[in-house]
Amino acid sequence: MSQKIERDYQRFRRIVRGKIKSNLSKYITRGEFIGKRGNELVSIPLKQIEIPQFRYGARGMGGVGQGDGEPGQALTPPQEGEGNERAGDLPGAHILEVELTIEELADILGEELALPRIEPKGKKNILTTKERYTGIRQTGPESLRHFKRTYKRALKRQIASGTYDFARPLVVPVREDKQYRSWKEIPLPESVAVIIYMMDASGSMMDEQKEIVRIEAFWIDTWIRSHYKGVERVYILHDAAAQEVDEQTFYHTRESGGTKISSAYDLADKIVTKRYPPEEWNIYAFHFSDGDNWGDDTPVAMDVLKSRFLAKVNLFGYAQVESPYGSGEFYDYIRELARQRENVVASRIPDREAIVKSIKELLGTGK
Amino acid sequence: MSLIGTPYDTTLPQHLRSLQREIEAYARAYGLDFYEVIFEVLDADEINEIAAYGGFPTRYPHWSFGMAYEELRTGYEYGLSKIYEMVINNDPCYAYLMRSNNIVDQKLVMAHVYAHCDFFKNNLYFAHTNRKMIDEMAEHGARIRRYVEKYGEDEVEQFIDRCKSIEDLIDPHSVAIRRREVRPKGALEQERDDESVQPARLKAKSYMDEYINPPQLLKEEEEKRRRLKEETAKKFPERPEKDILLFLIEHAPLKGWQRDILSIIREEAYYFAPQAMTKIMNEGWASYWHSKIMTEKALQPSEVVDYCDHHSGTMASYGMRLNPYKLGIELFRDIEYRWNTGRFGKEWEECDDWEMRRTWDKKLGLGRQKIFEVRRLYNDVTFIDTFLTPDFCREHKYFSYVYQEQGNNFVIESREFEKIKQRLLFNLTNFGKPFIYVVDGNYRNRGELLLRHEYTGVELHLRQAQDTLANIHYIWSRPVHLQTVVKEKPTLLSYDGNEHSMKTLGDSDDPRRRSDK
Repeated sequence: MSQKIERDYQRFRRIVRGKIKSNLSKYITRGEFIGKRGNELVSIPLKQIEIPQFRYGARGMGGVGQGDGEPGQALTPPQEGEGNERAGDLPGAHILEVELTIEELADILGEELALPRIEPKGKKNILTTKERYTGIRQTGPESLRHFKRTYKRALKRQIASGTYDFARPLVVPVREDKQYRSWKEIPLPESVAVIIYMMDASGSMMDEQKEIVRIEAFWIDTWIRSHYKGVERVYILHDAAAQEVDEQTFYHTRESGGTKISSAYDLADKIVTKRYPPEEWNIYAFHFSDGDNWGDDTPVAMDVLKSRFLAKVNLFGYAQVESPYGSGEFYDYIRELARQRENVVASRIPDREAIVKSIKELLGTGK
Repeated sequence: MSLIGTPYDTTLPQHLRSLQREIEAYARAYGLDFYEVIFEVLDADEINEIAAYGGFPTRYPHWSFGMAYEELRTGYEYGLSKIYEMVINNDPCYAYLMRSNNIVDQKLVMAHVYAHCDFFKNNLYFAHTNRKMIDEMAEHGARIRRYVEKYGEDEVEQFIDRCKSIEDLIDPHSVAIRRREVRPKGALEQERDDESVQPARLKAKSYMDEYINPPQLLKEEEEKRRRLKEETAKKFPERPEKDILLFLIEHAPLKGWQRDILSIIREEAYYFAPQAMTKIMNEGWASYWHSKIMTEKALQPSEVVDYCDHHSGTMASYGMRLNPYKLGIELFRDIEYRWNTGRFGKEWEECDDWEMRRTWDKKLGLGRQKIFEVRRLYNDVTFIDTFLTPDFCREHKYFSYVYQEQGNNFVIESREFEKIKQRLLFNLTNFGKPFIYVVDGNYRNRGELLLRHEYTGVELHLRQAQDTLANIHYIWSRPVHLQTVVKEKPTLLSYDGNEHSMKTLGDSDDPRRRSDK
């Protein structure tokens, strides 16, 4: 996408999302494309802004079509609201909605929560963009003025208009002469990332708590993936012992028994050391728990974090999901730790409403 | 030379250049007459971008182009729509080809493009268009960018939004008919000075002033001039005018940059108008010729299937969506056939012997000549009005449909020729938009603006009409009114800057008297 259309496009997106105060917001229509994916009809939502004009209303409107059919035969199913021509090309069909793309979702998330962009630390494999000066524009900041081109244009203009004096070769550029460097965004390979999700699978984590974890993890995923390409994920479940599982198992297993948080941290640390050397990977670790830990395990867990794990990760996030069985005091320890270490954040999620706030807390560091 | 300001590598590769020479030679041999055509190859993303700007990559910045881009891109990404080609009415003509088209598509598109260029150059309705529009658009872009820098993006954008709300209020035929004297530049300022009601004072020393310029007399004179001014002022415009944009440019109290932007919007509207007025003809003409050139000259045996697939895809039409390509090409072919066989004129019209009509052939061979004449002299409205026949409608299964309030849907209305033709013409006349005139620029003698909707049986979209009125109010800065018909009653819609009002007008024809009460 060239820079020019990109600007107009972004402007449009921001108006549609209500980021720019504009009189146009009331003219936003929710149109759709009807497309086909395999054998299914899909609806691709398309927001448009319809600038008001003097137009005909539906009353008495009509047109000409082509094909079979008897007078009186309906061409479209009854429509909602005022009739418009776009609707009803494919009568009576079952239509699925196409979701937003992940990138769009991440953009919306970032905008809504005012999240800072992540600054990757590694250097490998992954796409980020760099600006490079490639072209010339008519407008721009004076600091980017292209002296030679500006001078040439001014000279040409003065010669053409007869104001150039060969005896006194003074060339003064006016606004129209000025040329500025413009840039293009060039993708550059940079770094890769891994997200490690850890979850307490002890009996006190009910379905509702897991649902909260799933929602939260989805948004974390979306956000981090929008900054890196090729993000890998690791899932660790723990009760008194920890094990690496796949995504499906992660969300659908219910264990019982005790809780030893240190076991998860220990496993995470081992996995990182073995598979994701920190000098090449951006490592994100998130731990979801109800905060009930075995008393004598807490110092051990903290020690694993402090002495080994934290030095390797970009960010360690601890989210305490509160359950009907009350919530433990592990949160307070991590909170204390967060004061000392930059790359540690702690958050509490008492119920679904708190998810948004919690995401903001977990991702608000820009790491 | 590449397009000014495009950062793309758009040069035509060698194999396409030789194709171009081949197709151009065929087109010329058939008698097509065009400006030089410069082809450029672009990727989907680039062609979508240029299409979003209406063909002009250097156009002024506005979100609406971003919106158009999103629609094109989404359509392309989901495989719903694809732009094969784009042509710009300019001298030289610029045409964009999609890089990913296969060779047979490129041939077809080139043939299509040459016919479009012939149409641009020769159709009467394009005669007034600026053939250096690419430069002009870049200039417009530079001017508006400068205003953005100076007055701020929000300010300028808001004004453009309002202009776009009324950009269709032009008089596309005014370029051929002189409705009134064009005011020379500067006349406007002159007028305003003349309007001053202050009588001139004679030069006098202060102690003599009272005698040389008696206050009583000055007052009388001022009164007299004011009355005179009011009387003359009442008469503008002299006759209702359809070019509301011009009226606003000349009379609305706009700042310099606003007036300039409104002029730019108007100029571009006039440039694009003929394309909207000849959509069916232009596409029909181009399709007629690509089909002719491909099937008679350019097509290789191995390419036949791909060509047929593409051509039939372009011509597909069913249901409520009337395909201008299909209607246009069939009508041109029908005209050619009728003039070849002599199926026109009094004798043919009056013949009611079915057998005679079926085998009618006078072997005149005037078809080709006729279609060239048609492409020069007609626009869509006159084209349909003159050449659409009952036989044609029957053969191609045309029907008319209508909106039904009861079921809130569209139903087939009729297969009668008269009804079909009437609906078709209605949707083509004035771009299928209502006729709006400016009637009075000093309505109720209070400098208010009165517009009139020429009611022809279909009412306006009320909410949009009111919002448009509000936009005109912003430009006019005094209350604005629109005489129209709402729910079958003559109605005056008004907006005074704070609220909308709606007044049903009585039997009296004169809305002025009614609303003065």
